[in-house]
Amino acid sequence: MSTYITKRILYMIIILFAASFLIFCLYALTPGDFITGNIKLTPERKAELREIYGLNKPVVERYAIWMKNAFHGDFGYSLSQQKPVLTLFNQYIWNSFLLAIVSTFLTWLIAVVVGVIAAYKQYSWFDTIVMVALFAAMSIPSFFIGLFLIKIMAVDWKWLPPGGMLTTGSTATGFAYVKEVVHHMMLPVMVMTLLGVGSLTRYFRSNMIDVIKQDYIRTARAKGLKERKVLFTHALRNALLPAITLVGFELPALFGGSLIIEKIFNWPGIGQLYMQSFGLRDYPLLMGFTLFIAILTVIGTLVSDILYHVADPRVRL
Amino acid sequence: MDTVLDIEHLSTHFNTEEGVVRAVDDVSLRVRQGEIVCIVGESGSGKSITAMSVMGLVEAPAGQVVGGSIAFRGEDLLKLGRNELRTVRGNEIAMIFQEPMTSLNPVLRIGEQLMEPLMEHRKMSKKAARKRAIELIGEVGISRAEQIADSYPHELSGGMLQRIMIAIAISCDPKLLIADEPTTALDVTIQAQILDMLRRFKEESGMSILLITHDLGVVAEMADYVVVMYAGKVVEEGEVVALFENPQHPYTQGLLKSKPIINQRQDELYSIPGQVPNPLELVPSCYFHDRCAHCMDICRTTEPALKETANRQKVACWLYEEANPHV
Repeated sequence: MSTYITKRILYMIIILFAASFLIFCLYALTPGDFITGNIKLTPERKAELREIYGLNKPVVERYAIWMKNAFHGDFGYSLSQQKPVLTLFNQYIWNSFLLAIVSTFLTWLIAVVVGVIAAYKQYSWFDTIVMVALFAAMSIPSFFIGLFLIKIMAVDWKWLPPGGMLTTGSTATGFAYVKEVVHHMMLPVMVMTLLGVGSLTRYFRSNMIDVIKQDYIRTARAKGLKERKVLFTHALRNALLPAITLVGFELPALFGGSLIIEKIFNWPGIGQLYMQSFGLRDYPLLMGFTLFIAILTVIGTLVSDILYHVADPRVRL
Repeated sequence: MDTVLDIEHLSTHFNTEEGVVRAVDDVSLRVRQGEIVCIVGESGSGKSITAMSVMGLVEAPAGQVVGGSIAFRGEDLLKLGRNELRTVRGNEIAMIFQEPMTSLNPVLRIGEQLMEPLMEHRKMSKKAARKRAIELIGEVGISRAEQIADSYPHELSGGMLQRIMIAIAISCDPKLLIADEPTTALDVTIQAQILDMLRRFKEESGMSILLITHDLGVVAEMADYVVVMYAGKVVEEGEVVALFENPQHPYTQGLLKSKPIINQRQDELYSIPGQVPNPLELVPSCYFHDRCAHCMDICRTTEPALKETANRQKVACWLYEEANPHV
């Protein structure tokens, strides 16, 4: 176990080096940069700025400088925001995380419960309705359902605020602040849950259908156990096992933000910042963020492997 | 002897896309206390489905018991509610299956799986159930019982897992044990041990065993009474010695002929010509007629009834019908 983890961490470092090189090349070799886009500057001033920012150095040397700083915990300086990249992350990521953690929790909860019941009552009217509804939810584009809900719930009925994280000009603190944020996050969370729940429910449903057909479920029934016990002790645990792989992928998703949802609901998250930086070719921020997601992905995979070992006695590490 | 299980005119059908499969068709059989009854037949003859019908484990909604009665100690199991049936299952009627490797839950420890029926039916505490579980593991001939209780199914061999399945089955002292091909997936030396163990537990507790098999060697060794099934019907039944000495139905004769005999080398084993008929295409007839050497006209058009011949032996064959005008 511990030798396995040591080995995996070594691999992780190699993978991250390769990833960082790819990420750097992707941005550094793309024609144009932050300075190119500014048409107000004279060519002489542009050359001068490139000299200052070090953009005229060879790519490999720039990569070496970037990596050296990264090892010291310095992921660069955002050119457009004029702030350190890490400071900006810290400022925006938690807003995105808040939306993601709540909607992920709701998505998994609904998916497991509905998926299990639908599988258990396969081909019943409940199952049929669920399958049609899920398909509908999966097919609706996020921008449409987002705007539609804003129109209905915020504009027509005035139940929920249409966007933002706080009411404009709000000075609320303490509990009032929490209440205000909760009120504002309801719509985006609703849309994110709606969009995510379809595929996950179908996933759990099909896992559960496979498990229910297994011999050991028949044995459990032959023992005279209560149906509830057969379902939750014997079937559910086996049906949830393959989902551990997904847990690994959820980790970067929790911090990655959502480009479209944050844009529609004007949520001050990392997704919006990322999108905005693209337009401005703020490469230090983009590179830093992409590398951050790469690190989370690699960690997520390791975590899911370790979880497998904990949850499934047949898995030996 | 008291009758423990009395199945009368049981019919279990499966609705498939191609049509209705009459997997069990008007089957009657009786198991007395302390008796071992064997159901013999090829794959698809309906012997497993008969057992599953008794347990109430036929997979709904495709499969359904459509007729007959299954009386267990005088009470019709088919009339019991789901919860009442559940208190019989694993308690008074227990079952072991063909594939020990897949019949235990891979993520639960052996001990936990053994404790479940004890806690469910005997209302034992966790502690008492564990103590009893460890005793049971010892009783089925596995040493280091404590260690085995804490291991997972994948850490044990097939033979050991089948012993564990037996331990689970006998944990609540059942009156009837249904064993569905319990030794088919095991190698020969283990087979003998498992069968010996079943017989020993039967002797000790006085339970009855309904043993399902296609292995005539197992039948000869274990059975008191034999029921031969073909295409969902009982074609012949009788005391084991009588049936082996004097098989009457051409199908039983064929089965016995195709059994290899020790110390007697044959160049080629006998096999019954033809195949089991497609269960969707059965018409009123003797279902064995197109594989039978003695086939007559009446066999193709009319179904023979199961009739008593000599000493408790019954056969469904036109060859033995006294009123048969063709003989």
